[in-house]
Amino acid sequence: MKGLIVERAGPLTLIQDGGRFGVRHLGVTQGGAADWVSLGWANWLLGNAPQAPGVEITVGGLTLYAETSATLALTGADLGATLDDAPLAPGTRFTITAGQRLAFESPRAGLRAYLAFPGGLDATPVLGSVSSTVRESLGGLDGQGRVLDEGDCLTWAGTAGAERTLPLGVGTLPGDEERVMLALVSGAQIADFSGTSVFEAFNTPWQVDQRADRMGVRLTGSELRYLGEGMVSEGIPLGAVQVPADGQPIVLLNDRQTIGGYPRLGALTPLACARLAQCQPGTEVWLTPVAAGQARNAHLRQLACWR
Amino acid sequence: MSDPSIETVGMDSLIVRLFDSIDEEHMPWMLAADHALREAFGEALIDLVPSYTTLLVHYDIQRLDLQAARARVSEALAGLTPATSGEGQRHVIPVWYDVSVGPELERIAERLGVSHEDVIARHCARDYSVFALGFAPGYAFMGRLDDELATPRLKTPRQKVAAGSVAIAERQTAVYPTLSPGGWNIVGRTAVALFGRDREGYSLFRPGDKVRFEAISREAFIEQGGDPTPLAERGDTPTEAQT
Repeated sequence: MKGLIVERAGPLTLIQDGGRFGVRHLGVTQGGAADWVSLGWANWLLGNAPQAPGVEITVGGLTLYAETSATLALTGADLGATLDDAPLAPGTRFTITAGQRLAFESPRAGLRAYLAFPGGLDATPVLGSVSSTVRESLGGLDGQGRVLDEGDCLTWAGTAGAERTLPLGVGTLPGDEERVMLALVSGAQIADFSGTSVFEAFNTPWQVDQRADRMGVRLTGSELRYLGEGMVSEGIPLGAVQVPADGQPIVLLNDRQTIGGYPRLGALTPLACARLAQCQPGTEVWLTPVAAGQARNAHLRQLACWR
Repeated sequence: MSDPSIETVGMDSLIVRLFDSIDEEHMPWMLAADHALREAFGEALIDLVPSYTTLLVHYDIQRLDLQAARARVSEALAGLTPATSGEGQRHVIPVWYDVSVGPELERIAERLGVSHEDVIARHCARDYSVFALGFAPGYAFMGRLDDELATPRLKTPRQKVAAGSVAIAERQTAVYPTLSPGGWNIVGRTAVALFGRDREGYSLFRPGDKVRFEAISREAFIEQGGDPTPLAERGDTPTEAQT
């Protein structure tokens, strides 16, 4: 079957959908697009379900050769994409003609770009999802979780819906944000941190560290002090902000372990996780408290955009 | 069971805390709560992650708000009675205990001043309860070990622990389902597959199951399809050892 051939795979190009659910009690991680908002908009551009399988391109380095013409959509990070050497800005639905090459170089803004396909990419779900989890050998094109590789062929079965253009200011990264504000639903062990630490958590800047991947993103800044007792491991939600003994928080993302025993301040909202997943190392971010109900409303508004 | 608490831990997740400490006696309550929460949430449940003393409820915010979710938890816990014993499955796991595939057999025997056989006999002497699954698909935290077998984790974790490796850390024991990094003490290897996408329910072990290990010979292990390749050396390099 004809499709897009991977000529150069890049360091971390993964097939992702909305994630793997209903199996976390077996130790299976959630997975799914780290910036699920960008994947959602890419799919929306083609008339797909928001969680339809697409490609998550981390930091670039990918070249695809079109064996057949297709209508695709690109959102998320600006990784210097080109279509036969002509620049292609993220936040667009475009046509690739048989014989053309789509290439991604390196990050200009953000970290992860999302490519959507008519009706969603073809891949067989494993435990209910095509999300590639390398560590668990689950998902992806071969079902074994591996990253995309040279020679892989990307195919799809659907057709693109009616022409759509993105509403202003979505599907790409905000370029003029003064501060990256990450909404955090406080809870878990927050009451067992020192008062000063809780104040500093929300009132001092945090730097995104180099140690960042799909499992978690380490933030550096004020030293947070936990005064409680040692914990027994418990289930960890998406976005959990855990604080190990060194006092530097780690935000746990899609590929996190299912249970863990570090004290937590609460959890970033899924919208904030999507934003954080686009922050390059060195980016300054701020944590801002949000009530669970308020976070839910914002989340439902996002989902309503795609109906 | 003490008074359970319901704690907000994120936009769409609650922790239901039933106990404060790890104890086999808690398992019937934990299993009962698991069943009751699944029933109470029904379609609104996205994931339910039980651990030793808590259950994480990840619910669908398109169906429930926080108040409704809390109400479902309260409803589930009202009149909860412990699950009857014998509900979990019993497993006998054949293990080839040998220093080539379980180097810390030596470390533990030396510390206790006993033979390898004594260590093996003690590890095989009791049924272990599965407390929780986590770390990797199908990885079951089991306990409690004979006090004397309790051994701290390795200072430097191995980068690669073979699938089927039988391990000890503190008063817990486990089997690595797949090749992965790991810091537990390895004492042997089993040929039994613990996790498979084609297996009914995917994972062999479930919380509340009872597991007993049984020592077998190298020949029997190979006959069962086991891979006798010696465990790779620990991944520590002089650089890492210095830091």
